[in-house]
Amino acid sequence: MESIAMTRQQLDGDRMIVNMGPSHPTTHGTLHIVLELEGETIVKATPRMGYLHRGVEKLGESLSYQQFIPLTDRLNYCSSIMNNVGYACAVEKLLGIEIPKRAQQIRVLVSEIARIADHIVCVGVNAVDIGAFTAFLYLFRQRETAYDLFEMAAGQRLHTSFTRIGGLFRDIPEGFVPLAERFLVECEAAVDECERLLTHNPIWYDRTKGVGTITAEEAINWGYTGPCLRAAGVPQDLRKAQPYLGYETYEFDVPVGTTGDVFDRYLVRVEEMRQSLRIIRQVLDRLEPGPVIVDDYKVALPPKEKVYTRMESLIHHFKLIMHGMEMPVGEVYSATEAANGELGFYIVSDGGKNPYRIRVRPPCLPIYSSFETQVKGGLIADAVAVLGAMNVIAGELDR
Amino acid sequence: MSETNLNDAVLTTRLDAVVNWGRKNSLWPLPFGTACCAIEFMSMMASKYDLSRFGAEAMRFSPRQSDMLLILGTVTNKMAPVLRTIYAQMAEPKWVISVGVCASSGGMYRTYATLQGVDRIIPVDVYVPGCPPRPESMIYGVMKLQEKIEKESLSMRKDHIARFYESLARQEAWQAEKGLTGQQAIREMLMDAAGHGAGTIF
Amino acid sequence: MVIEHIDAQMPGVIMDRHAFRGDQTIVVPKAEFLAVVELLHREGFQFLVDITAVDWPEREIEGKAVRFDVVYHWLNLASQERLRLKVTVSDGEAMPTLADRFKTADWFEREVFDLFGIRFDGHPNLERLLTWEDFPGHPLRKDFPLDGGDPFCMEGCTAPYNNGERA
Repeated sequence: MESIAMTRQQLDGDRMIVNMGPSHPTTHGTLHIVLELEGETIVKATPRMGYLHRGVEKLGESLSYQQFIPLTDRLNYCSSIMNNVGYACAVEKLLGIEIPKRAQQIRVLVSEIARIADHIVCVGVNAVDIGAFTAFLYLFRQRETAYDLFEMAAGQRLHTSFTRIGGLFRDIPEGFVPLAERFLVECEAAVDECERLLTHNPIWYDRTKGVGTITAEEAINWGYTGPCLRAAGVPQDLRKAQPYLGYETYEFDVPVGTTGDVFDRYLVRVEEMRQSLRIIRQVLDRLEPGPVIVDDYKVALPPKEKVYTRMESLIHHFKLIMHGMEMPVGEVYSATEAANGELGFYIVSDGGKNPYRIRVRPPCLPIYSSFETQVKGGLIADAVAVLGAMNVIAGELDR
Repeated sequence: MSETNLNDAVLTTRLDAVVNWGRKNSLWPLPFGTACCAIEFMSMMASKYDLSRFGAEAMRFSPRQSDMLLILGTVTNKMAPVLRTIYAQMAEPKWVISVGVCASSGGMYRTYATLQGVDRIIPVDVYVPGCPPRPESMIYGVMKLQEKIEKESLSMRKDHIARFYESLARQEAWQAEKGLTGQQAIREMLMDAAGHGAGTIF
Repeated sequence: MVIEHIDAQMPGVIMDRHAFRGDQTIVVPKAEFLAVVELLHREGFQFLVDITAVDWPEREIEGKAVRFDVVYHWLNLASQERLRLKVTVSDGEAMPTLADRFKTADWFEREVFDLFGIRFDGHPNLERLLTWEDFPGHPLRKDFPLDGGDPFCMEGCTAPYNNGERA
């Protein structure tokens, strides 16, 4: 901070340097922005990060591939399952294995529920920052139902660690599908309610329209992905462009905005919630019984009944836990469309039990680095609105 | 004059008890939210597990206006001086609840970048384990703090708070003398304390 | 595929190539790096997805210790083709920056500098990003210990984390 602050002599009389964060209600965690203000107008904004850098990539080098899964949960903690799915897909790509159909369908199902949960946090918290507290409360009720679904499936509300290399932790229990059906109905109603509260609200419109605009070329140059890129007018969605987990078989639309401002980002997110509900409906309709983890005991643990009764299964279990999986030598980059954009995992393997290098490509890092261009010349109040719409999750930004 | 004439209009009690009763039922939290525990905190403040039943509805993000510091999420070494500044700015009486394993002990992040427990740099009253703790656990933590406050005595000096301010002065001296940033000063103080076998720097 | 275009227009520039699990990777020398990037930009690879590095501390190429692999991931939005571009640098050597052409490279290069210590010539603001200003060392190098030298970090930890030892 001392290096950024200027001395009295250098400062122009009217300029003020204000620290926004790292402990601040609107910085959603540990973001730090040094604003240079002239009155209320922002002249310069320097975003800083790293206050939640926990050393995940280095820690991954001393953990086995399976042990890294709980660390991926805590990357984008608003939609933890999507990180699990992204990582598991990356390791499965490295191994070159295909997971069973039911596992793919359930992964899509929980990913879309997590996407809705993430958008609920983004829209809700963006609204709270601007002052609309009611939308937050109504939407968060749906998040509780999503938590109930996750808890039913994986045993934990937030950090589920639901996937395993080769499939899932376990199959979804009986009460899941009826609750998911109820969730579809209630969430649709809640999204409608949120739209009634915000979309045509003149205060919301004034606070968000024209704030933080970005053109499509600039967005591509800055490396934007996800809802912020789509709000700027580029129809890039990895679920359509480079489908994985069977996304090409589902019917859904990809909402695309025009100006990239906060209002467009909000509309894109709300429409994505509706499209996710559509995908969940299709998955629930075509869910078929089957195994949820691959049958190869060199990759996935054998079921407990076999471990207790057969020698080979016991040996497989032992080898998997103590010596890890047999990984090929090589490197892969695998990306999925997480709630914030392209979440990429770059894994370099040298054949050992632990990854040699594991890199997480955070979708919100390029978006956050462009903060200054979006708020320059605007007011502090606009900075708050823009930061909320960017949906910067510090866990994935800093790792 | 006997008490029977006053009936229910007057309460007689000790000053301690009434002041503590007031304090414990109006704990205004400062959510120092860094990571995932902050999301569970948001759930706790929402309608299903309402924390405002305990008088803690008024979340104040300014340390001057709150009395309970809730540390929600991992505190990294880069964030450590910020946390100390926030704690120093709070007015007494003040209490700290360290929510989640990352804040209590570093959690699963035994790395160069994570502070292995917030109680190494500031005094903590209640630790709530969990990753993340369920909202019910966090509410139980607040209730435990309320029990602790009930038993406090107004005349007893808070030793740990005094030691904290003294360590803050030492940190600033260390920084000035060696030309370090806050983070590096705290890190060196921690390693120095570890060399003497002490876990905390205050 | 774009690799054929590169071979046609700049023959001999690709030092090594491989395809693994559908990922195309090429290795180019540092001297030709900017020219190759220019060519990629013309071919439609205008989306720079990621910049990172990998540390191979004991690696030697033709007798010279070449420690780092700086890895760039590119995406062609029109054809959805991906490409991985690698450049090998040794300890102390600097890479040319892409921050003037691709604004996304700004912070990714700062992160590589912070975690590995590889400098980028021409970068407008090459400062540490994830760690603090006077952090001693570069954490993701293989010779940097996981706990950063803190004796209390691993205290009471009975199940070892391998501490960087290979299995």
